[in-house]
Amino acid sequence: MDNLLSIITFIPLIAALILAFFLRGEDEAAQRNAKWLALIATSATFLVSLFVIFQFDPENTGFQFVEEREWLLGLTYKMGVDGISVLFVMLTTFTMPLVIAASWNVNVRVKEYMIAFLMLETLMLGVFCALDLVLFYMFFEAGLIPMFLIIGIWGGANRIYASFKFFLYTFLGSVLMLVAMIGMYVDAGTTDIALLLEHDFSTGGLQIAGFQIVGGLQTLLFLAFFASFAVKMPMWPVHTWLPDAHVQAPTAGSVVLAAILLKMGGYGFLRFSLPMFPVASDLMAPFVLWLSAIAIVYTSLVALAQSDMKKLIAYSSVAHMGYVTAGIFAANQQGVDGAIFQMLSHGFISGALFLCVGVIYDRMHTREIDAYGGLVNRMPAYAAIFMFFTMANVGLPGTSGFIGEFLTLVGIFQVNTWVAMVATSGVILSAAYGLWLYRRVVFGDLIKESLKSISDMTTREKAIFAPLVFMTLLLGVYPALVTDVIGPTVGELVAGIETDVAAYAPDTAEVQVAETGDH
Amino acid sequence: MTSADLTIILPEIALAVYAMAALLFGVYTTKDKAAPLLVWTTSAVLVAVAIWVGLSGNGTQQAFGGLFIDDGFARFAKVVALLSAAVVLVLSMDFMTTRDLLRFEYPILVTLALVGMMVMVSSGNLMTLYMGLELQSLALYVVAALRRDSVKSTEAGLKYFVLGSLSSGMLLYGASLTYGFAGTTQFEGIYLAAGDQLPLGLLFGLVFLLAGLAFKVSAAPFHMWTPDVYEGSPTPITAFFATAPKVAAMALLARVVYGAFGGATADWGQIIALLAVLSMFLGSIAAIGQRDIKRLMAYSSIAHMGYALVGLAAGTAAGVQSMLLYMAIYVTMNIGVFAFILTMERDGRHVTEIGALSMLSKREPIKALAILMLMFSMAGVPPMAGFFAKFAVFSAAVDAGLGWLAVAGAVASAIGLYYYLRIVFLMYFGKDEDAAIDGSMGMIQWGVLMASAAIMLLGVVNLFGVDGLAGAAALALVN
Repeated sequence: MDNLLSIITFIPLIAALILAFFLRGEDEAAQRNAKWLALIATSATFLVSLFVIFQFDPENTGFQFVEEREWLLGLTYKMGVDGISVLFVMLTTFTMPLVIAASWNVNVRVKEYMIAFLMLETLMLGVFCALDLVLFYMFFEAGLIPMFLIIGIWGGANRIYASFKFFLYTFLGSVLMLVAMIGMYVDAGTTDIALLLEHDFSTGGLQIAGFQIVGGLQTLLFLAFFASFAVKMPMWPVHTWLPDAHVQAPTAGSVVLAAILLKMGGYGFLRFSLPMFPVASDLMAPFVLWLSAIAIVYTSLVALAQSDMKKLIAYSSVAHMGYVTAGIFAANQQGVDGAIFQMLSHGFISGALFLCVGVIYDRMHTREIDAYGGLVNRMPAYAAIFMFFTMANVGLPGTSGFIGEFLTLVGIFQVNTWVAMVATSGVILSAAYGLWLYRRVVFGDLIKESLKSISDMTTREKAIFAPLVFMTLLLGVYPALVTDVIGPTVGELVAGIETDVAAYAPDTAEVQVAETGDH
Repeated sequence: MTSADLTIILPEIALAVYAMAALLFGVYTTKDKAAPLLVWTTSAVLVAVAIWVGLSGNGTQQAFGGLFIDDGFARFAKVVALLSAAVVLVLSMDFMTTRDLLRFEYPILVTLALVGMMVMVSSGNLMTLYMGLELQSLALYVVAALRRDSVKSTEAGLKYFVLGSLSSGMLLYGASLTYGFAGTTQFEGIYLAAGDQLPLGLLFGLVFLLAGLAFKVSAAPFHMWTPDVYEGSPTPITAFFATAPKVAAMALLARVVYGAFGGATADWGQIIALLAVLSMFLGSIAAIGQRDIKRLMAYSSIAHMGYALVGLAAGTAAGVQSMLLYMAIYVTMNIGVFAFILTMERDGRHVTEIGALSMLSKREPIKALAILMLMFSMAGVPPMAGFFAKFAVFSAAVDAGLGWLAVAGAVASAIGLYYYLRIVFLMYFGKDEDAAIDGSMGMIQWGVLMASAAIMLLGVVNLFGVDGLAGAAALALVN
């Protein structure tokens, strides 16, 4: 099974093609077939991906399940996973069947909807499996197309603005990354990520237009990648596309966006920025740490002021991603472990929170917090589940949210106490907006006339939440499940950065004037 | 003149003879009633010549003492130009028949333009260059004004003619300066005279030559004629303008800078880079405000020429390869889009406002999907072939130390993305309007649109080996 990853990646695509070419009609039966086919395909992907995780050897820090073929223009088609990416593959395959199940009530252009989500799954899996720069970029960028259509076609009232903003923001960030990738290719003579990880990019001083660039080529490449991943992450202050996209996207779109697409930025930092440009990462770390600290506090405060539930959760996502970037750039074992853990845990929790909003949105067709209140009286099961995920979002011990925040904060504390202090205040703020949201929506008396006939969750809805609750609890009480898998790889990554940073001595580095410096 | 020379130039002669025979046939038979037949035969002849040129001849051969060069580079450009013209001819049939535009002169003029293009890309001398260029241009001036009773079409033809003559004048002026300072019109001779560092006189000659050629490829700031001519000409003619002549002119530009000034890469590299940056940004920004799809395509083609010029500016074999690859992909995309534009109708009338595309995806899901793929390909979004075209030119530029040019190109492509997205947006989530198009598509147009979209998508597998062919062609020019 040396092409297992390709099989996983392309099962959804094949299902999408079957839907596109062999399913006709818009009637009830055709819609049901489309939904079932999508559900079966995504579930099959998940089952096959279990082979990957069970056969994965955590002690081996290299790439596993590698497959390589010739491609065009001297590029290679190379796939493989290591300790960092394997769990993101699992997160994707785990989330997608739930997303499809959560879309059971869609009745507008169902076939196209399912095709878009299946394509999106292929592209997301490709991002996490690709071991060739251009292949990675291809999956990374192509993912924008289905998401653009998902927001634009099935989104809310202001969907057009949101979809354009989403696409243009992320595309501009990414094209700069493309140029940097070409620069890496020219410098290292290969686009193979495994070989690039071995390559030392120059850190010699560069002068461009009279400016002295500390860290040289590495800094330039780092900044170009940073432009792309920071937008994708999203980091403050380039996060503004996210609340718009989240609010306008359909529920399933929001879940995919929060649970998987946002993780691509963090994965990119871990795959490219940190190991390939260690010196530049070290130089930029204080800057990124402070940006993250600002993000955590600022977006938490913004979340407090929201009147739209989805927007509130979107801002809370930005805040939680702040822990991730801070953890990554703390660049020590706890920080990076914590960042990966936080990303996985956020995938379950924020995905579930968006599903919670979806449940009541399906019934009332509004996301305004003020339109609700006292739901506990008629929806006890819903209140319990919403409570659970609110608490997990706040970081209650026993849930996975706690482990992620705790590990990252421990990591940050070792590097920069002040940032850790500011970031920790975010924990309190998240409790404030989380619990306040919960109180306004669920508690109190049921006085609103429109809510008097609201019904509790159906079995289908409960079934969607069950695996998410299970995972959140499991990782909360037994985090070693994750840290055992990622630990060795992260350890090697951190050790590699330390050696490279120690070897870098800016004072003795030769100052070379680049040819472009004369302009 | 020996028979060996004639053997080399036989495809051009055959095509010219065919054009004249067709002219006689047209005049002596039933005139315009013979036109459909002529279009089909011309198209078949063009394909046959393309196959002939593509399969015959290997290595580099010179005819007439170096006036005419037959090498891999010329053959690549000729095949792309011939095939694209053949497809455009067939595409335009329905449109022209229903509007009573189909004159028998049309396929003949296209053939003559192609003879000109073939001479252009094979030229090894400033004289051959000018001869080919003028043969092509004169034929194009006439077809631009094909719709004699339309003010817009006549205006387009006239505008094209006046500005085209001006550019030819500049080109001639540059050629005479070059001749004066180099003492020869032969590219090889100029190459030797120019050396690594251009003498001032030759530099002036080069600048004027480039200005003239930039007009032909419609690179900014010599692009002004493009939107007006694209809009004014009958749509099939616009489709033709956007494809074959662009390939030929771009190949000619490469021929001149490498053949005659190949030693002084640094001198013309900057000029081409400047043209590239201006074209990319002007094309991307000016297209945003356009409401007419033909004008939009005009600005889009200006931007695309900018990207192709990025490859040329690199001044390496990889750069020429990427330029050829870019042009091949560009032509394929454009043919697909124009196949669709040709059939944009409402109540039997041709419409070109992009607003008419509203909610196309609901009425014509398959067509809309094809356009979506073409638009994303034009914007350079992976996995479409258009992405690999941009990737190739950018990597050639970075490899040649022109990182800033690649960054500029990347930023321009992000700006340009907006107007391609807007078309997708109209098709997929616009408002339902009465003004929407309702025409049906002929089998040919539908097939071409689908084929073009499929090529863009399936190109991800191996680009159909075109990159390898372009690489071999580039090595014939740059060594």
